[in-house]
Amino acid sequence: MEKVFKITKGLTGVPMHYCPGCTHGIVHRLVAEVLEEMDVIESAIGVSSVGCTYNNYDYFACDMLQAAHGRAPAVATGVKRVHPGSLVFTYQGDGDLAAIGTAEIVHAAARGERITTIFVNNAIYGMTSGQMAPTTLIGQVTTTTPFGRDAAIHGYPIRMSEMLSTLDGAAFIQRVSMHDVRNVREAKKAITKAFRLQSEGAGFTMVEILSTCPTNWGIDPVGSLEWIKEMMIPQYPLGVYKDVTAGGDK
Amino acid sequence: MSNRVLMKGNEAIAEAAVKAGCRHYFGYPITPQTEIAHYLAKRMKDVDGVFLQAESEVAAINMVYGAAGAGARVLTSSSSPGISLKQEGFSYIAGAEIPSVVVNVMRCGPGLGGILPAQGDYFQCVKGGGHGDYKNLVLAASGVQELFSLTMEAFDLADKYRILVVILADGTIGQMMEPVIIPEDTDMKIFDKPWAASGKKGGNVHHTIKSIYIDPVVLEGLNNRLQSKYREIEANEVRVETSALEDAEIVITAFGTCARIAKNVIKEAAREGIKVGLIRPITLWPFPVEIISETARKDSVKAFLDIELNAGQMVEDVRLAVNGKKEVLFHGRTGGMIPSQEEILDIVRRIAGGGF
Amino acid sequence: MSEFSIIISGFGGQGVLSAGRMAALAAMLEGREVSWLPSYGPEMRGGTANCSVVISDEPIGSPLLSSCDVLIALNRPSLEKFEKTVKKGGTVILDSSLVEIRPSREDIRTIAVPASDTASENGNMAFAGVMLLGCLSGNLNCYNRDNFRKALEEILPAKKHDLIPLEMEIFDKGYHYV
Repeated sequence: MEKVFKITKGLTGVPMHYCPGCTHGIVHRLVAEVLEEMDVIESAIGVSSVGCTYNNYDYFACDMLQAAHGRAPAVATGVKRVHPGSLVFTYQGDGDLAAIGTAEIVHAAARGERITTIFVNNAIYGMTSGQMAPTTLIGQVTTTTPFGRDAAIHGYPIRMSEMLSTLDGAAFIQRVSMHDVRNVREAKKAITKAFRLQSEGAGFTMVEILSTCPTNWGIDPVGSLEWIKEMMIPQYPLGVYKDVTAGGDK
Repeated sequence: MSNRVLMKGNEAIAEAAVKAGCRHYFGYPITPQTEIAHYLAKRMKDVDGVFLQAESEVAAINMVYGAAGAGARVLTSSSSPGISLKQEGFSYIAGAEIPSVVVNVMRCGPGLGGILPAQGDYFQCVKGGGHGDYKNLVLAASGVQELFSLTMEAFDLADKYRILVVILADGTIGQMMEPVIIPEDTDMKIFDKPWAASGKKGGNVHHTIKSIYIDPVVLEGLNNRLQSKYREIEANEVRVETSALEDAEIVITAFGTCARIAKNVIKEAAREGIKVGLIRPITLWPFPVEIISETARKDSVKAFLDIELNAGQMVEDVRLAVNGKKEVLFHGRTGGMIPSQEEILDIVRRIAGGGF
Repeated sequence: MSEFSIIISGFGGQGVLSAGRMAALAAMLEGREVSWLPSYGPEMRGGTANCSVVISDEPIGSPLLSSCDVLIALNRPSLEKFEKTVKKGGTVILDSSLVEIRPSREDIRTIAVPASDTASENGNMAFAGVMLLGCLSGNLNCYNRDNFRKALEEILPAKKHDLIPLEMEIFDKGYHYV
């Protein structure tokens, strides 16, 4: 019988620790599949950040560096400047990328650093147990906004894809979502394109992925997918925000 | 004399790094060390290297983490306030055991302080600065030629022990010019880095560079291994210069600029019949404990006088090494003030006369 | 000479730091030990600038000077500030085109050189320092004419090498000034 599905070689096979219903595992698999399809598992170098995915260096089969909180784009810059021929990516959450690491991501993008950032946005801090993230929605209850995020007190959520797409160094930026199969497939296409453009030297590339956090949202897994669709997408519209190849082979 | 050139300390650091095979520099501008960046911005082009002006000190040290973690010889440089910002990176680099070289051309603090010379970062660089139990190997030159050779050596030491090496110089040493003999051929050692996350792994080995260990047993194991590495460095890598110690009654301990002033004091004091010697630590860590404690046991020695451009930092290590056997006196200046030869000579006279 | 210390001081922009560097380089080319230390404090921006040069036949102790054998003063504030640091029996070389006062001390020797006027008469105000360095060489023998010329060749960018003969002419005028 033909085997129609197998685990990608881009993953080590180490069992993942993510909560039930969390979509990080799917994002990992997509990234790993693309590494395998591009035949770069041996040469690619990834950078883990701080957050729930701090230890995904154990999951990805390529060489990995674990970075301090927010600093993954700087670490990846160092790696890429030493190994310009390697595919280099960071895997960062919203707190890591859009709060403590804002300077690093903005300047990596502004430099047109030839790296790809996989930015997982679930509107909350997962690992430290559900605090407000820079991407937390107005009204959203978290452990540090127990009465809901109030713009007058906490300010507004940040749209990173829109912001970074204004920079000349950014070659490709797309926001995708994990809330259904069609969008998961779209996410894989986006990751493939980002990695491909990186290897062509186009500039900085990022795929922002709307993802679930059932544990800290306090919503069951199926309801969480629905919550992305109903609550997050209106705040964070899906789509391509930057594509230097647009008009060409999109 | 053909290859004897007049160079600033900061330029000597930059050229020595290139000679040592460093091809990646990441840094952020700050006085009084900017000549390092100016020099390398041009020089890296000649040697097909990378010069990158980072968006911050924090980013620069993390670029070092990435580039050195990926197997390259890497340099960053800064001055006191910038070194404070880099402390996060120092700790991570120590935990991940990434060979790195960081230059700190010290200015005076605290806070933004001023840009004049100081040695107020001794505690920060020698004792820690970042979180956790770790050590940096700290090298302190007192002249431009020495700065050149120590910078080259720093890369070897970093690679040999997989440790962060700090070149610690006060602003005077970075700014001054002296003749430097630049070696034509360097006996640069090539260190194999099988641990690096270079994307060129052999077989199925999956390389990770990290400092996080959730299992306490494993993390204590790492700490124990780091500590035994530090003991090995303490046993093998102490560097110190001594002068006129044989019959000294007063022993000055000083590093960097202060040691230069002390040498003038020793000559002047000798003319007055006061026997003064000098112990100048070149490695601030590992600290030259043995020579100081041996000297403290000598009957001829009456007292130690520690001179620093701070309010008393290295003196604590001197006191630990002397261990109560002799009196240890301290004289320091701060804020960018530098003690004059006469000022120190006056203290020496008072000690010799029993009146300090 | 065994050890010889010089403070060169003037307004920022008068070429004080590079004059010091030229003196140090010329002495190094003569086979001597040298050190050069600039003032790099806030005074760099528009105020007075100075540098300390030590020339010696032996390894140099401190590059920092609290007293000096020679003061080269390119403006009045420099003379006022550093006159007291000149050792007894030491020398003050001053640009008399710009410094209208003279040292009040009698235990030091003063050489007043109309450097700025001479330099501008010869077409370039910026060469005042060169005349004072010529005077230093002629009177105190810390480097010779040939090595000063070599130092100029080393320091000046190639496109300015055609100015060297003129600079040496001005150097010679200072050299014979006592």
